[in-house]
Amino acid sequence: MNIQETQEEIINEFKNFENWMDKYNYLIKLGKGLPPMDSKCKTEDNIIKGCQVKTWFHSTFKEGRVFYDIDSISIIIKGFIALLIKTLSGQKPEDIKNTDLYFIDRIGLRENFSPLRANSLWKLVNRIKSDATLYCNK
Amino acid sequence: MDEIKNTNKMSTFDITKIRNDFPVLSQKIYGKPLIYFDNGATTQKPRVVIDIINKLHSEHNSNVHRGVHYLSDQMTQMYESARKKVQNYLNARVYQEIIFTKGVTDSINTVAYSFGEAYIKDNDEIIVSEMEHHSNIVPWQMMCKRKGAKLKVIPFDDKGGLLLDEYKKLINSKTKLVAVVHVSNSLGTINPVKEIVAIAHENNVPVLIDGAQAIQHGKIDVQDIDCDFYAFSGHKIYGPTGIGILYGKERWLQEMSPYQGGGDMIERVTFEHTTYDDLPFKFEAGTPNYIGAIGLGVALDYLTSIGLDNIKNYEKKLLEYGTTKLLALSGLKLYGTAENKICIFSFLLNNSHPYDVGVFLDRMGIAVRTGHHCTQPLWGHYKVEGSVRASLAFYNTLEEIDYFYEALKKIQKMFNE
Repeated sequence: MNIQETQEEIINEFKNFENWMDKYNYLIKLGKGLPPMDSKCKTEDNIIKGCQVKTWFHSTFKEGRVFYDIDSISIIIKGFIALLIKTLSGQKPEDIKNTDLYFIDRIGLRENFSPLRANSLWKLVNRIKSDATLYCNK
Repeated sequence: MDEIKNTNKMSTFDITKIRNDFPVLSQKIYGKPLIYFDNGATTQKPRVVIDIINKLHSEHNSNVHRGVHYLSDQMTQMYESARKKVQNYLNARVYQEIIFTKGVTDSINTVAYSFGEAYIKDNDEIIVSEMEHHSNIVPWQMMCKRKGAKLKVIPFDDKGGLLLDEYKKLINSKTKLVAVVHVSNSLGTINPVKEIVAIAHENNVPVLIDGAQAIQHGKIDVQDIDCDFYAFSGHKIYGPTGIGILYGKERWLQEMSPYQGGGDMIERVTFEHTTYDDLPFKFEAGTPNYIGAIGLGVALDYLTSIGLDNIKNYEKKLLEYGTTKLLALSGLKLYGTAENKICIFSFLLNNSHPYDVGVFLDRMGIAVRTGHHCTQPLWGHYKVEGSVRASLAFYNTLEEIDYFYEALKKIQKMFNE
């Protein structure tokens, strides 16, 4: 599935929820189900700087595609991480770099994604993009 | 709770009327009535403050201390009258001791620079406390780095009370200044500043008090406290943003050189030499925020009309009621349980991250702050990274605390399912 198809799938999934509470409940469920990050990758260097919520980011590049290992101490952010990994992990860096992650807006939980200084999700998406840019040149 | 409500009705403190004075409070967030519990970050503005800012821009705008014309003279009079209002509010001895700044951060940086340049040398020591806001740490660190001085720290106990015996041990002949917070923005502790000042003065050490979270909760008398400097921000006392106060004893302000140079603070400028204007203008370089200053004066008038004792008593009821309610929630850990505190509830809920709790409260119409609240060393004491902070003001109600309590119960259920 390409990035756009996965985003559409997520948007459709969230249409099933009637209210914000159900959406967050689902996000919490996704967060709880996120595979644990490899403890070797949970280093100081892999912490995304300046986030209100401590979040670790690690990626690997195999056969022209990017794979992610990301974790956070917030269950809501972990829920978003699960959605980001589902959308982006295994994709080509140029596609990741150029993609518009519109699903965050369309699922109706945009309050988690504002260009605030310490907004973790905002910083995480920026990190994913800059990381993909580095792989583009390889 | 009924008893508290009845007491309110009997007093002259009319909460309905007060809430109507603050237009922002009547709005809905996500379809729910706004409960604004983020007053530690900034307070809402009463209609009188909003109106005066609008009126000054619409009818009176002109630069102060400059023109000979009618508007400038009028604005200058209002600006200087605002200074006198602040002088009266703080019970400062003379108006020359009141400097308009951008806010507490600006006030502290002014002292850190000007006092530092005048009095600090290699190996001198500055004392702060473990519960300081970063604004009362970083300017001193910068000054220490510049001058080769050292920062010493008064610790606090787990309830959030400063350890005065430790403080006494820190003071010695190298100590040149003590800078402490009056009320902790993260824990709510009201520090015994009068005692802290007395101890310092016994050793001939001046004291700066960061009053950012104290000024809006009751009467402050700088002569009674006997502090050498006192700083606060307008926006935390129901006034405009971008305006603050540095109170300084005339003796220090006379001796210290200005932090910034520019227009309005000079007596005579040549390319060879500049002489500075008298106090307080020496410390107010450039066009001041005169509209903010006048707005602050109006905010102080408004609080005085309500009565500072009324505000203090009402907030005490909110604190007692809220503390009892929150402590009844199993799994809630309250940080800051000093006997003498303002109405701040800083807490963690079970194992939930403060961000997660804050996002859910927001969806329920409740505005709180989450994170370290610019006091990272303070949270280091508890070995956690921060908290959820509900900071209340005199326009908040017992009913809002009830709703908040129910919201927290719902959140607990959601996270534990």
